[in-house]
Order: sequence, then structure tokens, then C-alpha cells
Amino acid sequence: MAANIKRGVSLYSFQEEMFLGQMNVEDCVEFAASIGATGIEILPEQNMPSFPNIDDRQVAWWKDLMAKHGTELTCYDMFLDTKVRKDRLMTDEEQIASIRRDLELCNRLGIRNMRVLVFVRPDILERCVPYAEDLDVHMGVEVHAPWHLEHAWILRTVEVADRLGTKHLGLLPDMGIFMKHYPPVYRDRFIRQGARLEVAEFIIDQHEQKIMAEYTIYEVAVKMKGNPAEVRMAEILRHQPYANPKRIRDYIPYFRHIQAKFHEMTEDDRDPSHAYDEVIPELVAGGWEGYLSSEYEGNRWIQDVEEVDSREQVRRQHRMFDRLIAQAEGAR
Amino acid sequence: MFDKYLIVDGSLRNVGPSDAPSGFAFEAKLGYYRGLGLSMVEALDITVDGEAVPREAIRFDEGNGPLSLDEMETAFDRRWPFGAPATITVERDGGLAPGEHSLEFSQQLRISYMPFPSINSDAKSLTIA
Repeated sequence: MAANIKRGVSLYSFQEEMFLGQMNVEDCVEFAASIGATGIEILPEQNMPSFPNIDDRQVAWWKDLMAKHGTELTCYDMFLDTKVRKDRLMTDEEQIASIRRDLELCNRLGIRNMRVLVFVRPDILERCVPYAEDLDVHMGVEVHAPWHLEHAWILRTVEVADRLGTKHLGLLPDMGIFMKHYPPVYRDRFIRQGARLEVAEFIIDQHEQKIMAEYTIYEVAVKMKGNPAEVRMAEILRHQPYANPKRIRDYIPYFRHIQAKFHEMTEDDRDPSHAYDEVIPELVAGGWEGYLSSEYEGNRWIQDVEEVDSREQVRRQHRMFDRLIAQAEGAR
Repeated sequence: MFDKYLIVDGSLRNVGPSDAPSGFAFEAKLGYYRGLGLSMVEALDITVDGEAVPREAIRFDEGNGPLSLDEMETAFDRRWPFGAPATITVERDGGLAPGEHSLEFSQQLRISYMPFPSINSDAKSLTIA
């Protein structure tokens, strides 16, 4: 049977090369197509220099680009500048107007999923639902670490969606919530910044045992008199939950797109940190349909010592997707 | 996330008449994975050869004309696009002497979804021809 899970890429993955002018948008799309990643997720505020002023000619350029490479636009990553003014926060009406602007551009581009930043208030989104329904765009609140699927803040969005009975408000999981093992690229960077090997190993061991971050931070900062790199290495644990992969099936009705966060892929196509091998079988068993959209975020951890090769990292992740999806399909 | 790339290599030069420069300038990028409205750039801090530059002496130009940091606070219709160099000018009588100079540059950004400001810093040695 044909896989319901499709492979895509967020342009976020190529931020290093795009920032340095080594790749442009079309290079990224061409690369994605070359590895069979047919879904393209965009960040208009990254990929459209004239944002928010996008004319029809630019919209046509994006559509032509997709047609040329046999790809489709899958998701629009919105931002909300509630702090645009120094003297006050945006009013509720200003926030709604900004979200509506994004929904309209999303619709003009023919995109049906919008990634909503996790900090956007559920009551603001509730007031945007009529626009989302009218424009047929699903607003997916990004479930980003350290939040997780069953965090009370996330459940507020689920409650609104249920109460309204709408298909246009829900979630958009970021796979960073399934960080089972401490990322080796984090460890190595903190060691380069001065963390002692024995302290680094202690932090990693604590994480493996799933000990609450606050205990580890106190041990490192106070009892071990940790240096600044060691304290940072421990404090980052606050942002690295390992949510239960089995729970994701319960939320399948609420999400249509996934941000496939990762920091590093090994040469044999394995993710040393995130539990994709546990999550993908749940998605397959639950019959979920949508794109796994690569979000490579390893550049910032290695750029001090090596040339970043985002394409190779994404290529390896997609070979892992193929392998895990095939295995899960076979087990059905 | 892009700290080491903020100051564009080889971009330091004097500005104004060559026999009496009015200051110096360099190119810089925004240390962020998307573009940002200029009103959310809270501070650009510059130190040259160990000496801090006063805020009033700094001008920013992403291509639509120079602004002081105070003017940027209300420049709601202008943005610093992702990966795009902007020109940072420092008013300083006589500019900088020919030769090597150490330049430290940091940006304080008001990112709405973060509980605290984002501060990005770079330091490079650049040469005035």
C-alpha cells in the first residue's frame, strides 16, 4: 500500500548555507526534490526579503518553482511580533490582524497548513478561526520543547478546537519533544567551551536516567562548583523533554504536519537523540497522513569547528524515514 | 546561532573625505534565522580597539537610508532581512588609522516569543587600507 506519511523539508534546514549566500531558495527546493522530499515548508520572513509586501508576481514565482521541481508547498511558518513596539504589547485586535495577514498570504500561496508559534494565546487563535475556516488554512500550534503534547498550555488549544468543533485549529508537533538521549553535538560543543569530561558524562548519565533537570542543575552548579560551560550544559536539560511516543496517536486528529527536528545524523543514518524509531510506528499504526518535514538545527552546534553540510544531514534523515516507515508498514 | 558571521570580513573602511574622514563603517548581518522589523533592534553595541562607541554616534542602513538607533525604534515599515548585510556607520572625526583594528559588535533583539532579549556578539580583527 502507498505510504500515508510523506517526506518533506523545511527551508529552516538550510539556514547556514542560505545565511552565507551559498544556497538560494531554488537550490534548496532542487535538492529536496533530488532526494524525493516533495513537500516544502517555508518561513516567509526568512525566504521572502520583501515580507510582508508580497505581490502576485512573487506568489506566481513560488508556484512556478514548485511545478518546475515536482514539489508542493506544505506549511507556512508564521511569526507574531507582539513586542513590535517598545512601549507596549500589541493589542488583541493587532494580534488578530497580524495572524489574519498571514492566513491570507498562506491562502494566496495555496498552502493549507500554518505553523503557529507556541506562545500565541489560545483565545486569540479562537478569534482567528473564522478567517482560517474561510481561507481553508489549518492553524497548527507548534508543540515545541519544553512544551509537550499533554502540557496544560497545549491542552488549552485542544479544548478550544473541541469546543468549536473546528477542523482549522489544532497542533503541529515538533519532534524535539521526543529527545530520548542527550545530543552528542551538544556535549562536544560544551566540552570545547570548557566543560570537563567527567562533568559532561555525569550530566549525560543523569539525562539517560530521566532525572528531573533541576536536580542535575543543582548538583552541577552548586555541589560540583561547575564552570559556566558545565552549568549551561546542565541548564539546557530544562528544554529537552522526552515525551511518551505512545501518546502521539491520541492527538492524530489534531495535527496534519510534523516538524522533524534533528541535530545530527550518523553516517549509518541514525538519529542519536530523537526517538523516531518509536514515534514513526505510532504514526503508521494510527494511519496518520501528512508530511514529516525536516528541521535540521545542528548547524549552530558545529559551525565553530567544521563546515556545515545541511544537505548531507537531511539526506541521511530521509534515508532513516524511508527505513522506519517501511519497517512500520511491514509490521502492520 | 550565527554569531561568528555577524561582522562581514573585509568590510571596514573610513567614510567621508579621504583627507578628513568623518567616521568609519562596516557591514553586518542580523544574527537570526529570519528577518526582523527594525523597531525590534534594541541596541547595537560597538567597541573598537577596546573603546566603546556612544549610541548616538551609530547609524544603521539596510538600504533605505541611515537611521539613528532611536529612529529605528519607530521604523515600523522597515525590516532587516535574513542574511542581508546592512551598513553600520560610526561618526568619529578622523575615522580610523590605517592598519589592523579589533572590532566588537553585539546586537540586542526583542524577540516576541522569548522571555528575555536575544543578544548576539561577534569580534573580529579588520584592516583599514
